[in-house]
Amino acid sequence: MLELAHIRKTFNPKTVNEKVALDDLSLRLNDGDFVTVIGGNGAGKSTMLNAIAGVWPVDSGSIVIDGVDVTHLSEHRRADLLGRVFQDPMTGTAATMQIEENLALAARRGQRRTLRPGITRQERSLYRDKLAALGLGLEDRMTAKVGLLSGGQRQALTLLMATLKKPKLLLLDEHTAALDPRTAQKVLELSEQIVMQNGLMTLMVTHNMRDAIRYGNRLIMMNAGRVILDISGEEKQRLTTQMLMDAFAQASGESFANDRILLA
Amino acid sequence: MNISSLLNALPGAVAQGLIWGIMAIGVYITYKVLDLADLTVDGSMATGGAVCVMLMLNGVNPYLALLCAVLAGMLAGLVTGVFHTAMGIPPILSGILTQLSLYSVNLAIMDFKANQGINVTKYSLIVSQRNVRQLGFDNPIFVTLIALAVLIALLYWFFGRELGCALRATGANEAMSRAQGINTNIAKILGLMISNGIVALSSAMLAHYQGFVDVNMGRGAIVIGLAAVIISDVLFSRLFRNFALKLTGVAIGAVVYYIVIQIVLWLGLNTNLLKLLSALIVAVFLAIPHWKAGISARRAGKGGGLHA
Ligand SMILES: Nc1ncnc2c1ncn2[C@@H]1O[C@H](COP(=O)(O)OP(=O)(O)OP(=O)(O)O)[C@@H](O)[C@H]1O
Ligand SMILES: [Mg+2]
Repeated sequence: MLELAHIRKTFNPKTVNEKVALDDLSLRLNDGDFVTVIGGNGAGKSTMLNAIAGVWPVDSGSIVIDGVDVTHLSEHRRADLLGRVFQDPMTGTAATMQIEENLALAARRGQRRTLRPGITRQERSLYRDKLAALGLGLEDRMTAKVGLLSGGQRQALTLLMATLKKPKLLLLDEHTAALDPRTAQKVLELSEQIVMQNGLMTLMVTHNMRDAIRYGNRLIMMNAGRVILDISGEEKQRLTTQMLMDAFAQASGESFANDRILLA
Repeated sequence: MNISSLLNALPGAVAQGLIWGIMAIGVYITYKVLDLADLTVDGSMATGGAVCVMLMLNGVNPYLALLCAVLAGMLAGLVTGVFHTAMGIPPILSGILTQLSLYSVNLAIMDFKANQGINVTKYSLIVSQRNVRQLGFDNPIFVTLIALAVLIALLYWFFGRELGCALRATGANEAMSRAQGINTNIAKILGLMISNGIVALSSAMLAHYQGFVDVNMGRGAIVIGLAAVIISDVLFSRLFRNFALKLTGVAIGAVVYYIVIQIVLWLGLNTNLLKLLSALIVAVFLAIPHWKAGISARRAGKGGGLHA
């Protein structure tokens, strides 16, 4: 379970650039919830995910993941609870390290790093199987530097890294936005497959309304640092992009017109 | 300008190059592995020698003194690391602050004298200039080669361990490292400590080699270290892919640097101009990737224009 209670986050407080990015945000996710997150630019979607991940401390409110109050834990100390895939394919992997080394780093998430080997033979064969399951041919390039991979391959690898040690919560922040449509589709399907297989509680930010409707069992819309729409179950299955746009216009008093939200 | 005087100077250049090669490996760890430019080394390149010489003058066993020198260097790295991580000071400035304070610290260690000698006839030195042309086990080239081999083996082992991998990951991608639960602050501090420990080892060996420690002996060390790293990049980047080989390449880079310096001196350059020359050479080599990127971007731009 994830519980966000009354989260507030202000960037550049007490300056001309002051920006309240999360404004008394509360949200509760149940185990196994696969939630898609939509909202206009600057709505606070990434900020919410970063707050959960602990990229910086929040001003007030509390964050509880699977019964653990992580509000005051630093980013690396709550990493064991989380799997993360970022918008920029460069962010999730170490380009100058090998594919298998990246996986080995991820496999040790939440463990103390000691003088034990950085990677063992058993691990290699496990990674080979997992990579083979991605169907990208990466299993034959395990000692290649990740920097040589395409964006889609890197995102698939990051997804694998995020879920290698089963996280309590998976955070996907527009993780297909930088990919071409076909690759994006593949990575999305792969994400769904991994989420379903492991029953992972997931927050997936997307700008594509159709994807937001198609994937997951629940959809939330954000605006001005709050959740303004929360739809799940059968109701979600009946959603159309038009209904979402209307809901947005109604709740925010603006229209999606000039937004980056993709209707395609 | 006869060739035999140059040849005569070569063994010394090689020995010095190898000792500075140890220091360059320390620089490689911060500059290449951690992706930090650490200026502490200009200070710790004198600290190691100061600690080692002063302990030996007080009757401490040379190997124990060498170990203490390494620990002192690690302490210097720790200070820079704390400046950077706990106090949020940018890495370059953190290094400069430590370097500056080390100048006083080094003088204090050396009883407030600018230099302290250690006589080869009275003390058993691990490496000495005096034996550089002798064939035998106490030839400094031989001894330093062994030290380098042990050091490279240790580092190769360490950076293949979980902790070493965490350090490499921190240098490669900090955001990703934190997402994978790595305490990147600790990783940086540890890297700075290892690096400066190695630099101090080199410093202590250099003090043995030349028979004295000078408070200014580290001035410009970072530039020499970078020069070695860059020379190795230019000469071996295609050849040496394995980490141990890369470290070996850096040590060779330092030797090449000292041989080139020797040749330039032999050609009649004023010794006082050496640092200017080194800085210029390093600046040019650091600029090469930038220029290359500029050229290829311009080419790409032109290509795009043709298609438009
Ligand atoms: N590190 C930061 N420093 C200052 N302001 C920030 C920072 N991160 C986000 N903001 C601001 O907070 C607001 C919310 O940003 P956020 O990135 O969460 O939006 P988003 O919903 O993810 O939008 P997008 O769809 O563009 O990704 C924006 O106004 C943004 O400019
Ligand atoms: Mg965003």
